[in-house]
Amino acid sequence: MMKRLLILLTATLFLTASWALAGPVKIGMITTLSGGGSALGIAVRDGFKLAIDQEGGKLGGYPVQLMVDDDSRKPDKAKQISDRFIKKDNVDIMTGIIWSNLAITVVPKAVRTGVFYISPNAGPSLLAGKGCHENYFNVAWQNDNLDEAMGQYVKDKNFKKVFLLAPNYPAGKDHLKGFKRFYTGKPIAEVYTKLGQKDYAAQIAAIRSAKPDAVFFFLPGGMGISFIKQYNQAGLTKEIPLFGPAFSFDQTILSAVGNAALGVMNSSQWNKDIDNPANKKFVADFKKAYRRLPSLYASQGYDAARLIASAIKAVGGDMSKKDAFRKALRKADFDSVRGNFKFGPNHHPVQDIYIREVVEEDGVLTNRIVTKAFADHSDAYVGQCKMK
Amino acid sequence: MYLLLFCQQFLNGLQFGVMLFLMASGLTLIFGIMDLINLAHGSLFMVGAYLCATVFQQTGSFMLGLLVALPGTALVGIVVEIFTLRTLYARDHLDQVLATFGLILFFNELTKIIWGPRALFLDVPEALSGTIEIIPGAPYPTFRLAIIVVGIIVAIFLYFLITRTRLGMLIRASATNREIVGALGVNVKLLYTLIFGLGALLAGLAGAMAGPLFAVEVGMGEDILILTFVVIVIGGIGSIRGALVGAILVGLIDTLGRAFLPALFKLFLDPATADGVGASLDSMAIYILMAVVLAWKPRGLLPAHE
Repeated sequence: MMKRLLILLTATLFLTASWALAGPVKIGMITTLSGGGSALGIAVRDGFKLAIDQEGGKLGGYPVQLMVDDDSRKPDKAKQISDRFIKKDNVDIMTGIIWSNLAITVVPKAVRTGVFYISPNAGPSLLAGKGCHENYFNVAWQNDNLDEAMGQYVKDKNFKKVFLLAPNYPAGKDHLKGFKRFYTGKPIAEVYTKLGQKDYAAQIAAIRSAKPDAVFFFLPGGMGISFIKQYNQAGLTKEIPLFGPAFSFDQTILSAVGNAALGVMNSSQWNKDIDNPANKKFVADFKKAYRRLPSLYASQGYDAARLIASAIKAVGGDMSKKDAFRKALRKADFDSVRGNFKFGPNHHPVQDIYIREVVEEDGVLTNRIVTKAFADHSDAYVGQCKMK
Repeated sequence: MYLLLFCQQFLNGLQFGVMLFLMASGLTLIFGIMDLINLAHGSLFMVGAYLCATVFQQTGSFMLGLLVALPGTALVGIVVEIFTLRTLYARDHLDQVLATFGLILFFNELTKIIWGPRALFLDVPEALSGTIEIIPGAPYPTFRLAIIVVGIIVAIFLYFLITRTRLGMLIRASATNREIVGALGVNVKLLYTLIFGLGALLAGLAGAMAGPLFAVEVGMGEDILILTFVVIVIGGIGSIRGALVGAILVGLIDTLGRAFLPALFKLFLDPATADGVGASLDSMAIYILMAVVLAWKPRGLLPAHE
């Protein structure tokens, strides 16, 4: 009797275990696919999907089910989707959020329920410092990273009078703070504009009269396109050089900015000409699949998927082994398209950051790496993270 | 030094005002005469910019783009009027707001389906690409001056159209009493379609002229639409003159506020606080202006018919 019960019990256990194994790993992606900024979300999604397609519907050798939903850049909508992914669809992993304000709304609550969140873009200081969590990983950067590199570069190049420009919202202030952390001189002006502003004539006139020797700006999306075009039309591009993080010089944006961006220096953790086999394969496969050059965001989406693949492989596709999965993510045992990559204690990247120049190649505007600004660069908030 | 900067900023404000006028003149015609709240006016602005950018990319000519964008946008406007808006004239404003808000979503998605999610490139025409030292020591982009000139031409054209032509007379008459105009044998339906087409054409012109300055992207008309509504409320609904005065006023206050408010607050606050307060107050400046104007003249500065 006892023996039969034992057999039954083992059989049931075996059955449930194999049932768990048979189901695909569920990944929920919340990203921006409509409205302003949709180009970013689409790039992340395409990069992520490419990694799955390369393995024929699998990641790390095990089948995955990718669910994608559009947050329209709205925090409340992102929260709804997140609740549905967690409660109804029982996802194991979430990813995809582009904007820091959406990430702050969604991520802390989601990771507390036991879901893993891999950020392919947004890296607000809160989640890198005080609000860090064992189930939260950022595969792109902490928000300030690229600006820090630019600050270092502008200082090294001996620019004495720098004019700073950013939109008046938390991320804008973070980015300028990042720049000032490494540019130790005192900027001659620090101007905050309305978020979503289109006409920069007033600021451009102010720049002209302030006579700086360099302008550093953080204006993501359409704001940057408008600013660079108008700056060039005012004839200032030749007089006062522009500097900024990669966002305004990304592949998705350059074609809309046109030649006004030529020669501008910008900072990035990735570029398509970084020489390693993973990057070569990524760039070639992306071009083949989507018939366009991959953007920075696509590279981040791709790396997010490759990171997840490495951890799925490590646990043999069994997502019930959460501790083992987390340990595998921490190891970051995958070939990042940017080359050197590892996680710091707060689950944010320790990586190299480059200075790029906008150039024209075969009639298409793109970026070329000029120099390496930082090697193995971490972030300023890692000390504030007290992870359990 | 400060005078030079002030002159530049004044010119910037004037140019922004003219851009707003191009939008506001069409919207005020539609709102004032047809009594239709058209939230989709910003979408027509976007259509104008996209059409111009598409032709520009194919041919490299901005002027050709403009020549296609103007009738193209007018045509889109006319089609929209005939198929969706006609049924809404008799309904109340809330229904119109709902329906035209739906049109915004429709146009945004359609634009994304046709042109993709990335922003398009539109450059200033070669002849207008340089700068002119209209104020000595402060080169000003030629294209922005061209916008001011175009705005003035449009203002004069509309003035003649409304006051000197038969069509203008009918427009004025139907603004006052559309039933009587209809009873006198005028085809009011056709008249409304024409007015809407004219409004769309002006929005398309504004969009095409804005394309080289701004990012040509999905949803580009929505920010400017809000300002445009402020303009026509300040100027007086249905009044072209009001739209002109309101647009210049809003353009100047918005630009000058942006330029000088932080500096003003720095006189008696520390720089960080001054930047914050200045930036916040300048976002509110035009709405404060609107509140003041409405308190003083509830029907706007220059209402269409007193």
